[in-house]
Amino acid sequence: MAKFLTKRILLSILILFFVMFIIYVLMYSLPSSYIENTARNLSQKPGTQKSAAQWIAELNAQYGMDKGVIGGFMTWMKFAVRGEFGESWYWTTAVTAKFNDVIWYSFTLAFVAFILEIVIAVPLGVIAARKQYSGVDYTVTVIALIGISLPTFFVATILKMIFAVKLGWLDISGMQGRYFLQLSSWGKFIDLAKHFIMPALTLVIISIGSLMRYTRTNMLEVLNADYIRTARAKGLPEKRVISYHAFRNTLIPLITILGASLPTLFGGALITETLFSITGIGFTSYTSMINGDIPFTMFYLAFSSVLVLVGNLIADILYAVADPRVRVN
Amino acid sequence: MNMENIIEVNELRKYFPIKSNFFRNTIGHVKAVDGISFSIKRGTTMGLVGESGCGKSTVGRTLLRLIERTDGDVYMDGQDIFALSKEELRKMRPRMQIIFQDPYSSLSPRLPVGEIIGEAVREHKIVPTEEFDDYISRVMRACGLQDYHKDRYPHEFSGGQRQRICIARALALNPDFIVCDEPVSALDVSIQAQIINLLKSLQDQFGLSYLFISHDLSVVEHISDTVGVMYLGAMVEYSDTDSLFEKPLHPYTKALFSAIPMPDPDYKMERVILEGSIPSPADPPCGCKFHTRCRECMEICKDTIPEYREVEKGHYCACHLYNETKTDPALQKEAKKA
Repeated sequence: MAKFLTKRILLSILILFFVMFIIYVLMYSLPSSYIENTARNLSQKPGTQKSAAQWIAELNAQYGMDKGVIGGFMTWMKFAVRGEFGESWYWTTAVTAKFNDVIWYSFTLAFVAFILEIVIAVPLGVIAARKQYSGVDYTVTVIALIGISLPTFFVATILKMIFAVKLGWLDISGMQGRYFLQLSSWGKFIDLAKHFIMPALTLVIISIGSLMRYTRTNMLEVLNADYIRTARAKGLPEKRVISYHAFRNTLIPLITILGASLPTLFGGALITETLFSITGIGFTSYTSMINGDIPFTMFYLAFSSVLVLVGNLIADILYAVADPRVRVN
Repeated sequence: MNMENIIEVNELRKYFPIKSNFFRNTIGHVKAVDGISFSIKRGTTMGLVGESGCGKSTVGRTLLRLIERTDGDVYMDGQDIFALSKEELRKMRPRMQIIFQDPYSSLSPRLPVGEIIGEAVREHKIVPTEEFDDYISRVMRACGLQDYHKDRYPHEFSGGQRQRICIARALALNPDFIVCDEPVSALDVSIQAQIINLLKSLQDQFGLSYLFISHDLSVVEHISDTVGVMYLGAMVEYSDTDSLFEKPLHPYTKALFSAIPMPDPDYKMERVILEGSIPSPADPPCGCKFHTRCRECMEICKDTIPEYREVEKGHYCACHLYNETKTDPALQKEAKKA
C-alpha cells in the first residue's frame, strides 16, 4: 500500500507540473491581455508622454512577462513551490488573501448541496432499483430526468419566483439581508443561512438526477447478482439482504464517483453564484480569467488541479478500503 | 402424503411473463415449468436431467420458493411451502438449501469466508453463541476447508474450493434437503469427482436428501438414486437410476443417453442425432412437445398430449409408444378438460 501510494503521489506531482505548464501557455496566449488593456488605458490618460507600445514594454518588465513563455512559467513555478503566488493584477491584493475571502462562500454552498444530494439521491436510487418498473421507479426517474434536463438559470428563476416573489419567504439574491449589520451573531448566521437556501436547492435539483440514476443502475446490477440469491436462500431478512449484501457492493462505484467529485466542492458554481449574487470562487475566478489576471488564475487552477489529483487519490484509497479484492493487490 | 418423502411436488407450474419493450404489458408466457410432479424419499438423491433451457433450474428454484410459482404445490415434510408467510418461509429456509452452479458469482465478494458461512448460522441461531466458532470450523473441515480460510475472501480461492465454500455454507444451516443446481458444471473434471464424492459422503454423514440438477448424465448416474428427465418444462421419464440407464423408454431419453461418451475408443456408438433445436418454451408444439424432433413420431403425437404414467413398476414415462390402449384423441382432450 505504501509503495502504491508513493507511486501515485509522485505520478500526481508530475501530472500537476505539466497541467500547470499547459494552463500557463494558454493564459499567456489569451487575447484579453491584462497588460495590453492597462497600457492602452494609461497611454490615453492626459499628460502622458509614452505610447501604448512603450507602456506595454514597461509593464511587461514590471510584471515579469518579458521572459517568454518558458521563462515566465519557470519564474512562476519557482515562487509557487515556495507557496508564494504573488499579487493579483486585477484584484490588487495578495492572491491567497483574495482566495481566502471568497472560497468559504462557495465551499459552504457546495458542501450543503453535496450532503443533501447524497442524502436524497442515494436512498431514492436504492428504492427505485428495488421496485424496478413500478410506479415509484418511474416517478423517481421522471423527476431525475427533469432535474438533469433543466438549465440552472431556469431552475433558479422558478425558485426565485416561488420563494421570493410569490411567497416572499426569502430574499431574491445576495448574501445578506437589509438589516444584517444590526443582527446578533446568531441572527446573522440565520440570515446568511436563509440566503443560501435557494442557491443550494438549485444545485441539488440539477445534480440529484445523475447520482440517483447512477445508484439505481449499480444497485440493479448487484440485486441481480447470484450472491444476492444466495443471501435470500440463506433465509436472511430482506432488510439485511438489501443493506448488508446489496448496498455494500453498490458502495464501491458510489464512493469512487463521490470521492472524485470532492474537488468540485471548491470549484465554485459559476452560474448559480452569479444568479444569486454570491461572490464565491466561481464568480471571482471567472472575472479574473476574462480580465487576463494570470497570477490569480494560475493559483486558482493550480489549486483545482491539486484537488482533482487528491480526489482521485482519495477515491483509490476508499476503493481499497471498501473492496477486499483491491486491498490485497 | 407419504411421510417417507422429504419433498413432494404436485403439478408445479412456473410461467414467466414476456413483456413488450415499451409499455411493458404482458404479451405471452415462457412456460419454463409446465406441470411437473415428483417426490424425493428422505436420504436419497434425485437427479434431474435435460437440455439447457428445459426448466431444470427453474424447478429447483421454484420448489424452494426462491421464485414464486404460477400453479401447483410443493410439500416439504408435509408442509405446504407456498402456504407459508414470508416470515415463516424465512424461518424454514435453513432446512432447505441450494448450491448454485457458478461458485464465482454466488459468493459475495465483500465478505470473508467465515462470515459467508456463519452469517445465517447466527441469524437462525443454529448453535449457541459460545459454540459458534467451533461449529463453523467443524463444518469447514467436513467440507475439506481449513480453519485459516475463515478470514480469506472468495477471490483468493480456486473454483473447486469455492464450491466447497458454497457447500459448507449450505451445510452449516443443518439442512434436510439441498438442491444442487449443476454444482459441478463449472469445474474441471478432476475437481468434479472430488465435489461429487464430498456431496455423497456428506449425505451419508448427515442423512441429507438432494435434488441434483445436471446435464451431465455420467455424473447423475453416479450420484442419483432416482432420475427424472425433463424436456421443455415437462417430465418425460422418471425411474430409479438403474432401470433408467439399463432400459430408457422415452425416445428423448434414448437420444440423450446415446450422447454419453464412452471411455473406450473401439466402442462404436450408436448415436441418435436429434434434429433441429429445442422449440421455444413460449410457444411449445401441441400434442407431445417432443414430436417435432422425435424419430418415432406417430400421427397421434401431433395432437394429443401423452399421459405421464407408470409403464413399468416405478418407471414413469410420457409417450404414446407405451400407451397400449392408444386412447382416442377426442376422449383424452375431454379428460384433460375435466
